Formats: sequence, structure tokens, C-alpha cells
Amino acid sequence: MGSSSSSMNDVPNGQQLMQETGFSAATILRLYERFDFLDKDKSGQLRPQDFGELRELALNPIGDRIIGSFFSPGQEAVDFTSFVRILAHFRPSETNRTQKEPANSSTRKLKFAFQLYDQDRDGKISRAELLQVLRAMLGMQVTEEQLQSIAERAIQEADLDKDDAISFDEFRKSLEKVNIDHKMSIRFLR
Amino acid sequence: MTWFTFPADNLLCWWLSISITVWLTLLFVFIIVPAVLGVSLGVRRLYMRTLLKIFEWATSRMEMGAKEKNQQLYKPYSSGIIAKEPASSLQQGIQGLRGSASCLRSEFEMADIFYFCRRGVESIVDDEVTKRFSAQELESWNLLTRSDYNFRYISLRLTVLWGLGVLIRYGILMPLRVTLAVTGISLLLVLTTLVGFLPNRDLRFFLSEKVHLLCYRICVRALTAIITYHNRENKPKNGGICVANHTTPIDVIILANDGCYSMVGQVHGGLMGMIQRAMVKSSPHIWFERSEVKDRHLVAKRLGDHVADKTKQPILIFPEGTCINNTSVMMFKKGSFEIGCTVYPVAIKYDPRFGDAFWNSSKFGLVNYLLRMMSSWAIVCSVWYLPPMNREEGEDAVQFANRVKAAIAAQGGLVDLIWDGGLKRAKVKDAFKEEQQKLYSKVLVGEPDQADNKHLEDENPEDDKSH
Repeated sequence: MGSSSSSMNDVPNGQQLMQETGFSAATILRLYERFDFLDKDKSGQLRPQDFGELRELALNPIGDRIIGSFFSPGQEAVDFTSFVRILAHFRPSETNRTQKEPANSSTRKLKFAFQLYDQDRDGKISRAELLQVLRAMLGMQVTEEQLQSIAERAIQEADLDKDDAISFDEFRKSLEKVNIDHKMSIRFLR
Repeated sequence: MTWFTFPADNLLCWWLSISITVWLTLLFVFIIVPAVLGVSLGVRRLYMRTLLKIFEWATSRMEMGAKEKNQQLYKPYSSGIIAKEPASSLQQGIQGLRGSASCLRSEFEMADIFYFCRRGVESIVDDEVTKRFSAQELESWNLLTRSDYNFRYISLRLTVLWGLGVLIRYGILMPLRVTLAVTGISLLLVLTTLVGFLPNRDLRFFLSEKVHLLCYRICVRALTAIITYHNRENKPKNGGICVANHTTPIDVIILANDGCYSMVGQVHGGLMGMIQRAMVKSSPHIWFERSEVKDRHLVAKRLGDHVADKTKQPILIFPEGTCINNTSVMMFKKGSFEIGCTVYPVAIKYDPRFGDAFWNSSKFGLVNYLLRMMSSWAIVCSVWYLPPMNREEGEDAVQFANRVKAAIAAQGGLVDLIWDGGLKRAKVKDAFKEEQQKLYSKVLVGEPDQADNKHLEDENPEDDKSH
């Protein structure tokens, strides 16, 4: 860590990323250091196993899904630009943004969370997908019947058009009382 | 008539012998005699204060240099990239997510995933564990290239100062320290063997204590270690176990400088083995053969026998099992806490500005590490002796270990982590993930014996739907 100093010139697309995501120069620099640290073979790209080294992530019940969300479907590696773009979802949102739909808007945050459920990206959370997430979060601590009843209740509450799946709009509606910005934001220093 | 043919040679010999004599005399008078008597001349503290002033000056020069170039001085992220929420339990986290209105409903909500999602991404950006296994990063530069991050802002003046520093450290300090170390170790070998021959037991104990202290004091000066001991009234007594946080093999020298302990460890070969055999002749240390280490009952029995004998010195153990970088305390292995005697916790905190004492065993071997230590400015540390602790009624070894760990972390200003130091080499066990799943399931379905009540409620969906 930190054997040589880096500057914004070393960071690929540094200036452009700053403009696009709204991160400060110092934060981008630190994220670059972190990316470099995680990139054990120094290939400039991260693979799923590089994330596997993180202990706190390994104990997170949905850790695998979070890792998966960094990789586009079919991609096996993520470069620094994409890494920062995903993390940009977690910036606290501001009121006066010039961009129309910045990465950290409430909608984009919701979309990110939606995709954690909707693994096949068909725009709906099916009952099977919901069960998968519940099983991941609860492990062997509940029985199959308990799991089914929890899923049943959740779908009944959220599924307004009764197609036995939760679309993105239904998802958004069920969460209208939640302060998305607060719960899906990480406070980056400086 | 040889002296005609080689006048220069003669002069050289003469000059060399004079300088060596002067050198050794100075060494003897200013370092070894005070070590023998246990007196400090105060030179090292003066040295420390001077160094601090120089470091501050160096950092301010670098900041000025950076301002001239209109750039910000890159400060390593020692304080973290992100501000994490104060550690709350899973229950509090999810409760907070749902808001107080729905705290009565213990059902799954779609928003619950936000909690895990955010925790996961936070740990991708900055996690507590991986940064404990590499050297701590400094706020200001201490003129050692090994801890520098701002190469581009070093002006000519600083480079000259740095060069001077290199000359002093490698040219003057290091030979001095190596000489002292060699003296200290050979004295230890010789004197402990001699004391071992004495027939009278009491005299042997008395002398071996003096000999050990003397040799450790010389070793401390060999490292230019400036140690401040706090609360010496709590020093470990006979028949107890002393536990401390582990940063480097030098911890042993630092603690043994102030008191006599029985060491525990594996039998080594070579120089270490010789030292071990010599030490055990004059005082009872516990060395295990490699094969015996695996047998936990044998280990526990030997330790238990030792503490039962009140004439024997306290045992020194480092329960973390591995070197951590002195910013946190990791999980204590419960073995030493099962023995059932008084535990004397000790907190050791190194000041990283003068030289980082952490031994990153995956990066440097032991000899390399010792050379680095001898070429740093100094090793400055504080040692706090904490009040003795005993296992309480109804407390098991693990809880006792955690209590002691918390006390050490609090005193030393270190972060108290639940993680196992063995994680340096191994992967997280699935048990940890299960733990998280258990906690979450408690939020949803309550304790296992309440699950039956929940089942009854589930069978009456109409009643449930009313709220």
C-alpha cells in the first residue's frame, strides 16, 4: 500500500469520471488506490475472486450478489471506470444537479437494489427469485414453509397487477415511505 | 626495517586501534554501565524530541512545496475513505431501516436488502480487516523512504536532510546497535550458563533475575527503544499469566526489560535454539517440541503446573497468535484463559513516527526485519500494566478472553475486532455467515420457540391483514 505516490494523471479517465460521477479528486484517487489494492495480479481489472478476499463481504448473506452487480452480464472482469460508476450509485444525492439522471438519484439507487433481486434482468422479480434472496439471507435458520409464507406475504403486498411478480414500478411503490437516499448512501470523506 | 617500507600501513593500524579503543570506551561508559546499573542518562529522550522537531519541519516544507505547485498534498487514507455509521447490531440496522412505525411488525420487507447491500459495498470500499495486516500509514513524513508517499514534493533541502539521515542511520547508529546487540546476546548466553552451574537454588534465582534484566536492558539500547511504563503497581506477579497484544517479536524484549517472565514457545534450531537452551538453565522457561505443540492437553498441563508453583515467574503469552499492525487487537485464542489463574493484561502501543515496529512476516524475514529496526530512528512505545483480571462465575473462556481483549484495546487506544488473526492466511469460515443469517432470522421470525406462535398467526391471514 502506498509505495509510490499516484496523481490524477495516473488514474484512467480521471477527469471524466470526476465530472460524470461527482466524486471529488481526492475520493477518486483513494478509490484508485483501493482498486489497485484489490487487484492482486495488477491486470488493471478486477475479477470476482479478487472480491472474495474481503472478509466482511464473505460473511454478508448477499455478498455474492453484490459482487455480481459489479459485472455486466457476460463480463468476467471490471475495470476502474466501471468500478467507480457502480460506486457512484452510493453517493448521497444532491438537489441541484445539472445532469438529468445522475448515478446517485433515487431512481438509480432503487434500480441497483432491484437488480439485486432480479438476477435474470427480465424487469420483474419472480416468486422464484424472491425465494432465492430470502434463502440467501436466512440460510438454514428457517424452514421451507416459513420461507414460502414470507415470500407469499411479500408478493401479495407488493404485487398490484396480480401477475405473481413484482415489476420495478411496484417495487418503487412499495418503498415510497423509505428514505432511499439515506439508506442507500455511503458518506465518502472529502 | 619494515616500518620504513610501510609507513602508511603503520599509521593506519595506529589510527584504527585508537579509534576502536575510544569507540568501545564510550560505548562502555555511556551505554553498558548504565544498563548494568539500570540507570538512564536521558540521552534517548532528548534524541526523540530533536527528531520530532525535524520531522515537523520536513512536513511543513513538503506542504509548502505542494502549495507552490498548486496541488494538494496526498494524505494517505489513514482515517478511511468513508465515514461508517457507528457499529450497530443487525437488529438496530434493520429496525432503523423500517422506521419506528413498523417496529411492531417482524416480517420481511423489500427494503431489508438495503441494509445488507450498503454494508457489502462499504466493505468493498474500505474494510476493517485487510488494513490491519499492512503497516500503518503516517500523517507526516519521518525521513525514511520506506514510509514516504509524496516523492514529488521533496525539495533540495529535504533531500540533503534525508541524505544526512541515511548517513547517520546506516553509518553511525546501525554499527553501534549491532555491536550492542552482539554484546547483549553473548552476555546472555555466557552469564545464564554460568548461573546455571550454581548449586544454591535461591542464589541462582536471584542472580538469574539480575542477569536477564541486564541483558534485556542492553538489547533495548541496541534497538534504541524508548519505553514508557505506566501503572507499574499492576506488574504481573508470580503464579499468573501475562497477556499482551502482539505486534512484533520485539514485544518480548520490551516487556522483559522491566520484569522477569517465563517465555513460552517452540524449540528452534540454530542461534535461537542456543539462546533458548541457555536461558532455561537459569530460570524455568517453557519450550515445546514441535510435536508437542499440537497436543492441547499437554500444553495446558505444562502451563497449569507452572502457574501452580508460586515461586515461578509469571508466564508471558501473546494470545493473538500472530503479529498485527498495532492499530487493532484481534481475537484472543482461548487456550491461555482456560487455565484458571489470574490474568495480568498489558497493552503495548508503538509510536509509528520513529520507525514502524510491525513485522509483516509475509513481506520480510526475521533478519531483514531486525536490520530494518536497527536502521530506523528509534522504537518508541508505551506499555500499560492493567489491573489483574480473574474469570468470573458463569463466564466461559471465550467471554473472559473477550473481556480482557476489550480492556487492552481500550487502554492502548486500539480498535477491538472480533476477527481472528489467522485470517491473515486463511479464509473466512462459513460460521460467520451463518451468524449473520441467524441474526436476521431472529428479526423476522423471532426466537425459535416463538416460531410456533408465528405459525398460528400465519394460519389466520384475515386477522393479520387488518394491520
